[in-house]
Amino acid sequence: MYAQMVDTGMKRVQGLDEMSAEERAFQEKIDAGIKIEAKDWMPEGYRRTLIRQISQHAHSEIVGQLPEGNWVTRAPTLKRKAILLAKIQDEAGHGLYLYSAAETLGVTRDQVYADLLSGKVKYSSIFNYPTTNWADIGTVGWLVDGAAIMNQIPLCRCSYGPYSRAMVRVCKEESFHQRQGYDLVMAMAKGTPEQKAMAQDALNRWWWPALMMFGPSDGESVHSAQSMQWKIKILSNDELRQKFVDQTVPQAEYLGLTIPDPDLKWNEDTGHYDFGEIDWEEFRQVVAGNGPCNRDRLRTRVKAWEDGEWFRDALLAHAEKKSERQVATAKAA
Amino acid sequence: MKEWPLWEVFIRSQHGLAHKHVGSLHAPDAEMAINNARDVYTRRNEGLSIWVVPAAEVTASSPADKEALFEPANNKIYRHPTFFPVPEEVKHM
Repeated sequence: MYAQMVDTGMKRVQGLDEMSAEERAFQEKIDAGIKIEAKDWMPEGYRRTLIRQISQHAHSEIVGQLPEGNWVTRAPTLKRKAILLAKIQDEAGHGLYLYSAAETLGVTRDQVYADLLSGKVKYSSIFNYPTTNWADIGTVGWLVDGAAIMNQIPLCRCSYGPYSRAMVRVCKEESFHQRQGYDLVMAMAKGTPEQKAMAQDALNRWWWPALMMFGPSDGESVHSAQSMQWKIKILSNDELRQKFVDQTVPQAEYLGLTIPDPDLKWNEDTGHYDFGEIDWEEFRQVVAGNGPCNRDRLRTRVKAWEDGEWFRDALLAHAEKKSERQVATAKAA
Repeated sequence: MKEWPLWEVFIRSQHGLAHKHVGSLHAPDAEMAINNARDVYTRRNEGLSIWVVPAAEVTASSPADKEALFEPANNKIYRHPTFFPVPEEVKHM
């Protein structure tokens, strides 16, 4: 997902009877569906895990602009270019909502951002894949944003108020992202044979990385169980992945495109699609920094940050000069 | 260099409604905060007016004072119109 394999720092999940009075009151609030707000007491582990999760999520939004930015100057029509620009601008906005939510937990945006630039905190594995043909732009909207929505809709109900409110805003806008993507792929799938082949090529390359977004099976994971107890994770990775597959297969069928999985088939008994084994070694390699674009993505972000430094400093110096003048004028008057 | 200060953003969505807190953002000064708020919080017709307030200037009540502040309102149920029965015969009040 946009935040993958978030470490809670916990060895095992505690029961109510093992908790301190404060911890128990906190857990009972969560169990009762009462939102935790920035100034409320919270266990240190909850605070740290949320900072990790929200900042990873924010970084994914920001780095996620890069594969799409790759096609802005080459969009085939002005309409598609305007839509793509609007979507990329939204991703920046989503990153900002999320950084603000993280800041309510006692870190600053620049601190959190420095952890992205140093490689200490990751962003979603999916953004380390290249967008090599125009149909990729549609496929990213359809599959990647589609997968993100699967995760973000339940997160609107998460226990931390500022995070859940950010998710509500994000979800309202995310639906546009998925639909414009599907619309783009549809135009190509119903176009010339060459266009349809491009759409199929994009689906072939993005399908498996999209399924990996949800992360490895977490049925046995302490971190996942702890996050669920804290209600900052609502559904398991496998549940979300299954929902995504069930939703997406008919969409691909409608387009006349083939999902690149020979084991994919409808299971009458379970009422779900069965699908093939995911190459988790590839996932581990991408997360470890060895995906097709990891170095390029980080280098681009670091360069943007460094190139913008004089500008950030100049604006602040200008603001300080103006406010000093105002004070001087007020004193003189 | 120092970080840009944090601003709280309030948007009035239509004429007649109050400004409502929508989130926060960083900007070097008030003018840039308004410009950034327009880009971050009003991309889809969400507002007709923006207020920005330096986050450092906001004084918030403490969660620990919740009872002292809000409990008195809880036990004065006669402040709500539904406390008073209206006879059947009296249709509208």
